[in-house]
Amino acid sequence: MYQKTLGYRAFSVFNYLLLSLAGLLCIIPIIHILAISFSASAPANAHLVGMWPVDFNTESYTKTMNNPNFLRAFWISIFRTALGASITLIVITLGGYALSKDTTAFKARSRYAWYFVFTMWFSGGIVPLYIVIRNLHMMNTIWALVLPGSVAVFNMILLMNFFRATPKELEEAAFIDGAGHFSILFRVYLPLAMPALATMSLFTIVGNWNAWFDALLYINDYRNYPLATFLQTIIVQQDFSKLNPDVNELKNISQRTVKAAQIFIGMLPVLLVYPFLQRFFVKGIVLGAVKE
Amino acid sequence: MGTTTKAITRNEVYGENTEKTKARGFLKRTWPLHIMLLPAVILQFIFVYIPLGGLVIAFQDYKPYDGIFHSKWVGLEHFKFMFDYPDIKQVITNTAFIAALKIICGIIVPFIFALLLNEVNFNPFKRTVQTLVYLPYFISWVFLGGILNDMLSSDGIINTVLHNWFGVKESILFLGDGNWFRFVVVLSDVWQQFGYGTIVYLAALAGVNPSLYEAAEVDGATRWKQTWHVTIPSLLPIVIVVGTLALGNILNAGFDQIFNLYNPLVYSKGDIIDTFVYRTGILNGQYSLATAVGIFKSLIGFVLIIVGYQLAKKYADYKIF
Repeated sequence: MYQKTLGYRAFSVFNYLLLSLAGLLCIIPIIHILAISFSASAPANAHLVGMWPVDFNTESYTKTMNNPNFLRAFWISIFRTALGASITLIVITLGGYALSKDTTAFKARSRYAWYFVFTMWFSGGIVPLYIVIRNLHMMNTIWALVLPGSVAVFNMILLMNFFRATPKELEEAAFIDGAGHFSILFRVYLPLAMPALATMSLFTIVGNWNAWFDALLYINDYRNYPLATFLQTIIVQQDFSKLNPDVNELKNISQRTVKAAQIFIGMLPVLLVYPFLQRFFVKGIVLGAVKE
Repeated sequence: MGTTTKAITRNEVYGENTEKTKARGFLKRTWPLHIMLLPAVILQFIFVYIPLGGLVIAFQDYKPYDGIFHSKWVGLEHFKFMFDYPDIKQVITNTAFIAALKIICGIIVPFIFALLLNEVNFNPFKRTVQTLVYLPYFISWVFLGGILNDMLSSDGIINTVLHNWFGVKESILFLGDGNWFRFVVVLSDVWQQFGYGTIVYLAALAGVNPSLYEAAEVDGATRWKQTWHVTIPSLLPIVIVVGTLALGNILNAGFDQIFNLYNPLVYSKGDIIDTFVYRTGILNGQYSLATAVGIFKSLIGFVLIIVGYQLAKKYADYKIF
């Protein structure tokens, strides 16, 4: 038994230490930013804060939560995420179900499949899409953010594979009882596909919440920015020109502790759904990556 | 005998055409499927297929007020202009250099990490480590960029630690010096992605036939020898697949990351095709040029993806469908 040799034991100790270190390394930046956000301004600006708040206070959060621009962007993000995730889920569930049918039963299946797979490989790029969105008069609307990427083809294929793995007998039995495709999908397949659907929803939710570049392109008015784009503009680009803030507000949002609080609140929804996400996504990814 | 029983179908009794009923029955069964696919088909048509047609502006002198149909045709002028552009060589070099480093490290680090994680028998510990290392993958580069900009600044925590613990006298300009910038970009990319990258290897590890280890054990192989002769050869096909498929990304150096970390000081070493296109093409309104560069990039990527798939098929027997 190799586990009992001295060499392996020494390795084990070293291994546990190394893995713990790697794990810590992945959350240290988050802890650091959290510590800054709960510190008083002076020690934060003097860079005295490490992994623990200095002079604990919640002033930065009060300031952030009293900033109407931040709040508006936050709610826009919530709305965008809810809308975008719903659209994607509906579209890929319906599509994934139809594509899961055999070619013998659904002759057009392979033509549809190629139609979608093609879009995974080829795209017009930023400018042509921008022109289309402008010509559709979607500029400055939420639709420019939620519609273009809504058909997550990869996820649709994952769902398709999941539906295919469901025993055919269930479907046949339902057919004999007179069920149509829609009721089979909603009454037979969906209840079984809950883990897969949970994975998809969480991925879609995180993706929508994190998206920032699309709004930079399609939204001209900063008041319609979702949170990620809003923070990209004021924290990363440090561009306050669009915001037109008064002196007081400018002083507030450029404070180090307030920046940290804004970043933390921006990450918070992802941190909150992550534990649920993690339970499912390993299965989901492996489903797509490893095939018989 | 004498009489043969013959099933009399409803069609014969009522004189209906069998073929027609079949067709009707068939349609009756599939029209819901067409309807289910309709939303996805329409969305992809509007937001992928129509923009694909819009690629023609790469061969035009596109002006927004003229539109696609009235802009002047200029042939390959933008492509020529692109290669004559003074900075373009540097930008392409930066892109390929950064992307290649990311691809290589993005294969090696998760692979080793998965092997190490696989040696852990205490499951709660294993799960905790996994939870921690997957996390950065799900956080947007906007937030990570905000955090790194703070941590890596001249008086940020990294420089403070280097100064106090390691006696480094001068602060290092991690995001202000080109070479450091490249280093930071590759390292932070590995940091963000390595945990997530282990998933596929861990799945493959779980699939290694245990009897191989038992046999090796009987032969007196140490754990190191088992790893070298059983584990690594079993994982090699999946490593080859991951590596070859990553080839297509050689011109994708990570727009989200670099855009949220860079500044004019590091353009010479850190500007990549995507950020360059965004600045010159989109912000300065040279739409046709931006599109031409996009086509160039896609072509290279596409050729490499095909090559990658061929290699994956040849060496690892991997097929996408």
